[in-house]
Amino acid sequence: MTRSQILNDGGVAPDDPAGDTPTNQEPLAPALAVNVRLHVNGAQHAVHVSARVTLLDWLRDDLRLTGTKKGCNEGACGACTVLVNGRRMNSCLMLVAQCDGSEVTTIEGLAGPDGHLHPVQQAFIDCDAFQCGYCTPGQVLSAVACIQEGHTRSPEEVREWMSGNLCRCSAYPQITSAVLAAAEGKV
Amino acid sequence: MHPFAYARPHDEAQAVALVAEPGSTIIAGGTELLNWLRLGITRPDNIIDIGRLPDRANIGLEDGFLTLGALATLNQIGEHPTVGEHARVLGQACLLAASAQVRNRATIGGNVLQRTRCAYFRAAEPLPWACNKRAPGTGCPARHAMNDEHAIFGWTDDCVAVHPSDPLVALAALDADVDLVSPEGARRLPVGKLHLAQQEAKAIGHDPATQETVLRHDEMITGYRVPLLPGARSAYLKVRERQSYAYALATAAAVVQMDGDTIQSIRVALGSVAQRPWRLLRAETSLPGNRLSADTVREAVQWDLDEARPLSGNAYKVRLARNTAVRAIMAAVES
Ligand SMILES: Cc1cc2nc3c(=O)[nH]c(=O)nc-3n(C[C@H](O)[C@H](O)[C@H](O)COP(=O)(O)OP(=O)(O)OC[C@H]3O[C@@H](n4cnc5c(N)ncnc54)[C@H](O)[C@@H]3O)c2cc1C
Ligand code: SF4
Ligand code: FES
Ligand code: FES
Repeated sequence: MTRSQILNDGGVAPDDPAGDTPTNQEPLAPALAVNVRLHVNGAQHAVHVSARVTLLDWLRDDLRLTGTKKGCNEGACGACTVLVNGRRMNSCLMLVAQCDGSEVTTIEGLAGPDGHLHPVQQAFIDCDAFQCGYCTPGQVLSAVACIQEGHTRSPEEVREWMSGNLCRCSAYPQITSAVLAAAEGKV
Repeated sequence: MHPFAYARPHDEAQAVALVAEPGSTIIAGGTELLNWLRLGITRPDNIIDIGRLPDRANIGLEDGFLTLGALATLNQIGEHPTVGEHARVLGQACLLAASAQVRNRATIGGNVLQRTRCAYFRAAEPLPWACNKRAPGTGCPARHAMNDEHAIFGWTDDCVAVHPSDPLVALAALDADVDLVSPEGARRLPVGKLHLAQQEAKAIGHDPATQETVLRHDEMITGYRVPLLPGARSAYLKVRERQSYAYALATAAAVVQMDGDTIQSIRVALGSVAQRPWRLLRAETSLPGNRLSADTVREAVQWDLDEARPLSGNAYKVRLARNTAVRAIMAAVES
């Protein structure tokens, strides 16, 4: 491999299940911009991005998926929560470069193709689980993961495992009810 | 964020070589590093992503030890049945840290290298005030001002910050070792010897505010091993200003072996009271052989806390730490 190939490759050894990129055993040169392949809400993207771009900024500014919110930009509020390979994560605390080969789900990807709401979205409506709505996309994605993880055996457990999502309108009791309702399949 | 170059090595040998380059910094989960980059706490030229190195997220049992790869996340450790069985205190400490989503990324390698939450330290550039950790020689405003969450042990006038980690406190009480690798080879240290209190850094001729660990720049943490103690019971207690999702005011990790009603061996570490986990060595030597009672335990723990040097705003921590330690010990025995 030549130096320019390595540089153009973005210094990244991609996860390559299809095997169409040769495995590089040479030391990789760090690069300012990297090639990243990932799926967002089922759609594949192959992009060349600056190494310092966070997943949150890329989703909002490049893909225009503005449902994912920026609250604190430091991991503290949970407004930016998305699912990465099925697990909830703060998109402000990850580089797009770290997401190479990943499947990302944002709030825009939850409803069915016909617009039918995801049960957790419906539960939030039924339980009145938001006021201004700014924290809601993050709450909903966090709740989807929380239910899947099985951390919904009691209201206390839901509150503990949803504590990474702050709500300045303080809709916490309704959020807890919505998570429990969705978990029990009452939607 | 200052521009930087990024590389993701395939294997440990490549990672070690890249990390050793001047200007390189490791990223594992990134939950701490990305915040430093935003605040201007560090300005690396190269970021080396070790997040997908093979086999480094493993958790298992090996020759009388519980082993943890550096890339295991706090949720993976916290929810692992083997950890629950052999090192309950560590599982509890992991699950009491941060939030469910942060714990999905936060690795146990990066966790012990997180830095203080001191609000003066965590300000964005340009720094609006002095801070010896950020700008050496400028002074320590916390020494006489906002210091209610700061140290009661080990500090100097140069810096009174504490280490905020929860898992580190449990690892210290468990007498865990940390495994390191660099171009010069591998070495193993007791976790309790990884960090330096300000007084300790000063005693060996280093800058007390900035020399926080004995780690060299080219060293990478590969994992930890926790010795299995037969019949040991353990517990972690974390006291915060709110019920969940907050850094600690004080924490305690206790590991106790009982012989009937009698304490056979005991190890206790306090967290968020110093720049490293603070083992209660007087209690650990005086308690074995005694019958367990809250009074006996309180008296022994108090003896260690008599050594505390509270600051203008944190005298409350001395009593809080004592009571946290006593409760953690009692909770361990009752577990
Ligand atoms: C909102 C929020 C709340 C939090 N609350 C808590 C809490 O209550 N309790 C608690 O304990 N923690 C808490 N944390 C801290 C969190 O646990 C740490 O940020 C995390 O564990 C760091 O791991 P990481 O893999 O993300 O590290 P990174 O951000 O990737 O790295 C952190 C540092 O460690 C270095 N590093 C990483 N891995 C290695 C390695 N293997 N070898 C050598 N160097 C390495 C990096 O170079 C960097 O200097 C919180 C964090 C956030 C954002
Ligand atoms: S305690 Fe340490 S980190 Fe905080 S202001 Fe003082 S020198 Fe800076
Ligand atoms: S914007 Fe990511 S946690 Fe607040
Ligand atoms: S609904 Fe307003 S912040 Fe939660």
